[in-house]
Amino acid sequence: MDTQKFVIKQISIFSENRPGRLAAIAHALGEEKINILAFSIAEANGFGVVRALVDHPEKAHDKLQSLGFNIAFTEVIAVKMKDKPGGLYEVAKILGDAGINIEYSYAYSGKEGAVLILRVDHVEDAIKKIKNSGAVLLEKSGFHG
Amino acid sequence: MTYWDPRIETIPMTDLKKKQYKLLKSLVYRLYSFSPFYHDRMKEQNVHPDDIRDISDVRKLPFMFKRDLRDNYPDKLFTASQEELVRYHVSSGTTGKPTVVGYTQNDIDGWSTSLARGLTSIGLGRGDIIQVSYGYGLFTGGLGLHYGAERIGATVLPTSVGNTERQIELMQDLKATAIACTPSYLLHIGEVAEKMGISIKNDTCLKAGILGAEPWTESMRTRIEDWLGIKAFDIYGTSELSGPMFTECAEQQGFHIWSDLALVEIIDPKTEEPLEPGEKGEVTVTMLQKEALPMIRYRIGDISSMEEEVCACGRTHPRIQRIQGRVDDMLIIRGINVFPSQIEHTLMTIPEVGQHFQIVVERKGALDDMLVRVELNKESFSDKINDLMQVRRNVEHRLRNALNVNAEVELVEPGSLPRFEGKSKKVIDKRSM
Repeated sequence: MDTQKFVIKQISIFSENRPGRLAAIAHALGEEKINILAFSIAEANGFGVVRALVDHPEKAHDKLQSLGFNIAFTEVIAVKMKDKPGGLYEVAKILGDAGINIEYSYAYSGKEGAVLILRVDHVEDAIKKIKNSGAVLLEKSGFHG
Repeated sequence: MTYWDPRIETIPMTDLKKKQYKLLKSLVYRLYSFSPFYHDRMKEQNVHPDDIRDISDVRKLPFMFKRDLRDNYPDKLFTASQEELVRYHVSSGTTGKPTVVGYTQNDIDGWSTSLARGLTSIGLGRGDIIQVSYGYGLFTGGLGLHYGAERIGATVLPTSVGNTERQIELMQDLKATAIACTPSYLLHIGEVAEKMGISIKNDTCLKAGILGAEPWTESMRTRIEDWLGIKAFDIYGTSELSGPMFTECAEQQGFHIWSDLALVEIIDPKTEEPLEPGEKGEVTVTMLQKEALPMIRYRIGDISSMEEEVCACGRTHPRIQRIQGRVDDMLIIRGINVFPSQIEHTLMTIPEVGQHFQIVVERKGALDDMLVRVELNKESFSDKINDLMQVRRNVEHRLRNALNVNAEVELVEPGSLPRFEGKSKKVIDKRSM
């Protein structure tokens, strides 16, 4: 199975926890006409990590790096959910039953339904298990323009 | 091994001490006779020039302090008339009211000679192109290095501070082989060059940095040398001594103090007793040949130690070690003495954080609270919060081990801490605000 087509490039940005940092990131991406498909902020005492799926990750990386941001790529996968009550449960149960450990996760409800984005420790293994369990994984081509 | 003046630089120690004694004796007679200020000081201390019978008798003489220069602003301590002066410099006044230093032609010559010996000892000379990126003007750094570099026959590129992109272009175009500036400004130049797509290591002819005017550490030297592909030499001095005066030699084992020009004692700042070689204490300097503004047992306030063994370079003049901190910059956190240089030294050994830092001290309730802000290196950024927390805990742990006092650490974005083109202000002490 070609697992690589399901590996999605997320950008992760180190940010101090002070007003205006998210605006600075979002403004830079807007200027480059980069669309943010999904994002989340993880917060610790004094700093945070902004994680985002964008249509042009390389361009976003170069732009933010040129502005001095500490930015890295992280591999994530995206699982399709039903956009109705119980949708998350169905997917979460599959993951739990398959023994997949989630490092972090966030979700969005878009044009083509609800999507759960997952960061797992063993990506290839997780992709195989999720496929075998019958859940639908989204391909990276659906995200990156 | 090349010397600027081998006869004096390799003079046997006994001859050097004799020479110092003669210079000290005539200096004290001169000041007792012509300096009302120092005459009164000696009277108060109950010491007469005839009491100076050996070089060690320097200990009988009264100290001078920065406040003596401030109290006698602008020129009441001068022992030369204005007609004899060829230049003034004025100190930056970072620790109080500015102080004025005057120079006769002989003073300028002595200063330039001191630097000519130093620059030669690090391997510079005719054919070298020395970019002087210390500030020109009232500050002694720019003009001091300028005259020293001209004295050895090097070509001076007097860029002064600022306009960093242009500095880097000129460094490339005119093939500068050495740069004299503050270590923090050199780091700034390195960063700006990288943004311009220029590697100081690969794309310039730079081989040496003469770095001073602010405290820095051995690990910062390693970082500068590895990153920029140059040898980094420390230089020491203050405007009261003339300006930047003493450099390390190629051995990089402390500053050679030219003892025909300066007599350095290391004393315990509290008991005022002299300390043994190797012991850390306050640097106290007597300038043996200065005419316009003589300094006797001047308490600089820097902490260092002395090394009297003859250096591997063959020079007999004693060395003082890299400055460890300031008597008055010393922070007292919960009763424990903390030097910013200790913090810097610790951070330099932790690869996950950058070379810039800021210390914020506050009083929370009855307790002192120290926060150290450090920049997270690009390479060590992890998407996982836990990894970042681990970096922070590690820095906190290392600082606690080094300082014996707790410090809270804050990770900040690379490039976000202020860069200074002059003396760095790395400590914000809100207890005194």
